Amino acid sequence: MTPLEKVEGRAIPLGLKNVDTDVIIPAHWLKTTSREGMGRGAYESLRAAPDNLFDRPENKGAPILIAGDNFGCGSSREHAAWALGDLGIRVVIAPSYSDIFSGNAVKNGILPVVLPQAAVDRLIEVAATDPIHVDLDTQTVTTPFQDRFTFEIDPFRKMCLLGGLDEISLTEKSGGAIDAYEAKLAAERPWLQPALTE
Amino acid sequence: MTRPRTLYEKIWDAHVVEQRPDGTCLIFIDRHLVHEVTSPQAFAGLRASGRTVRRPDLTLAVPDHNLPTTARRDAAGNRLPIADPESAAQLAALEKNAPEYGIRYIDAVAPEQGIVHVVGPEQGFSLPGTTIVCGDSHTACHGGIGALAFGIGTSEVEHVLATQTLLLQPAKTMEVRVEGDVGPGVSAKDIILHITGVIGAAGGTGHVIEYTGSAIRGLSIEGRLTVSNMAIEGGARAGLIAPDDVTFAYLKGRPYAPKGADWEAAVAYWRSLATDPGASYDKTVVIDAADIAPSVTWGTSPEDVVPITGIVPDPASFADPSKQAAAAKSLAYMGLEPGTRMQDVAIENIFIGSCTNSRIEDMRAAAAVIKGRKKADNVRWAIVVPGSGLVKAQAEAEGLDRIFIDAGLEWREPGCSACLAMNPDKVPAGERCASTSNRNFVGRQGPGSRTHLVSPAMAAAAAVTGKLTDVRELMA
Repeated sequence: MTPLEKVEGRAIPLGLKNVDTDVIIPAHWLKTTSREGMGRGAYESLRAAPDNLFDRPENKGAPILIAGDNFGCGSSREHAAWALGDLGIRVVIAPSYSDIFSGNAVKNGILPVVLPQAAVDRLIEVAATDPIHVDLDTQTVTTPFQDRFTFEIDPFRKMCLLGGLDEISLTEKSGGAIDAYEAKLAAERPWLQPALTE
Repeated sequence: MTRPRTLYEKIWDAHVVEQRPDGTCLIFIDRHLVHEVTSPQAFAGLRASGRTVRRPDLTLAVPDHNLPTTARRDAAGNRLPIADPESAAQLAALEKNAPEYGIRYIDAVAPEQGIVHVVGPEQGFSLPGTTIVCGDSHTACHGGIGALAFGIGTSEVEHVLATQTLLLQPAKTMEVRVEGDVGPGVSAKDIILHITGVIGAAGGTGHVIEYTGSAIRGLSIEGRLTVSNMAIEGGARAGLIAPDDVTFAYLKGRPYAPKGADWEAAVAYWRSLATDPGASYDKTVVIDAADIAPSVTWGTSPEDVVPITGIVPDPASFADPSKQAAAAKSLAYMGLEPGTRMQDVAIENIFIGSCTNSRIEDMRAAAAVIKGRKKADNVRWAIVVPGSGLVKAQAEAEGLDRIFIDAGLEWREPGCSACLAMNPDKVPAGERCASTSNRNFVGRQGPGSRTHLVSPAMAAAAAVTGKLTDVRELMA
């Protein structure tokens, strides 16, 4: 995973409440065994419209997306995060996210910034003409107009994003604790072991 | 004396392997369900890093999303090929990956094949008090038997395959209490649609919802699975319903359920899981069951719910400006005018199935309405898709398939079908579908498809009248 600390650039001012994962990447794009190339299907229904936000020349390769409440609701498909990553997006800014989407985003080096609606509205206004700057280390979003918004992030997620850490490698360091848990489970609740009987 | 705890807290506490100083916990996963869509990249990741599956014995794989629901064998009994090459490749990947890593695999033509969330409880693989994950958001379903069950992304699928654990933050708790008796024609689906309308699509974000109250306790396991299935439509990653005698009676004797002395020990443990008197939730919503009517969605978010006796709302009637904009967009997509009576909306497609509503009771409820009636002429396509081969066999033993076929509906093979437009079952652009599935998102049932979420009985009623219909009028 590519570490993320500071991101500056164009922000796509999507807005919209309840943007679901079927809108981010429709199911027929999920018929693949690869993580690559998902950007082609990203926002297919929105991009069918001429002059849509995503295909405007000035928004090509924009590293930031600004969205409304409950972004990424619906399916658990990580393909939604892969699609955003494939478009070049490293930061999403919204008032709230679905729990599964925000987790998937972090695991793919994408920072989900939570800001109040008023701040999001202001950033949408700025994004029409100017770049936005996001700093994970200081947990701030700033604009060329002296706007400065601070955001909260779970410390574990922050550490993973800043370090580009792989969670499986981290967990493997706890192999001994997992062994111990399994031994305790086998003693206390042996009936949990699935044994197929007809 | 320990602090009173909720059902969620008890299951969580029993699964903490380790707590990090920052509060993140390493949680043990008791059951991992795997299907073909969200697992290939996880297996590829294992392969690339040279890792193995830590606990194949706690993992069960079954194909469901891509499978066509038409016949899987020809008249001579030979397997029919999957026409779509991408679907075929994804299905083949699971068929290869599962045995390679020693994982139990239910084949597409096995009698017990079905939608992963129907198969888990049906096989007794899903058990109360366990942690269950699957790369599918409707894993929330298994909360209906009292399991802490939630959907995960593919990176987490790989993490569970490799370590049998997940790194998680504890969720907040929310109680949704439904008290009283529901009226005639009101099913578990109407209860959860109503709840989603009340709390909103993000009402449960960051929370695990425990459904309580007499209306919930009075539901069968099939009904409880329907309710918990759609916890995710209210934003909650998991739903929970306390296991009780109804749960134990449902699970006893299932193939993977504990047997003999193990069964007694398991039941004793499960009984200890109910939320303690005096335990508190972070949030509580109370609903009067008498307020719940047969319900239907009008928009493109599952929170867009009205009683069937209601009308299409005016976007200006919403207080929140972002909801006004979303409602206007939804109505344009749905081709609906504010003020239209829901019962005047004509329907061209009927889908009875999905992990929300494809169990035997759902089949019975739909058949009870269809029996002795015919599909309306304007209904172009009407399919009934049982959730598993075992549901299909049971329905056929009861003669339900004949009732559907005689009325002009199609009786299909088990799978996810028209819930999500990944297999040949799709709703054409601009057409409406009365659907027993869980999501009415833009394009969910196919590009340009217009979905109205309803119960099985309501879908059956729409099939015979050709429009959204109050099923109570057909029950008299």
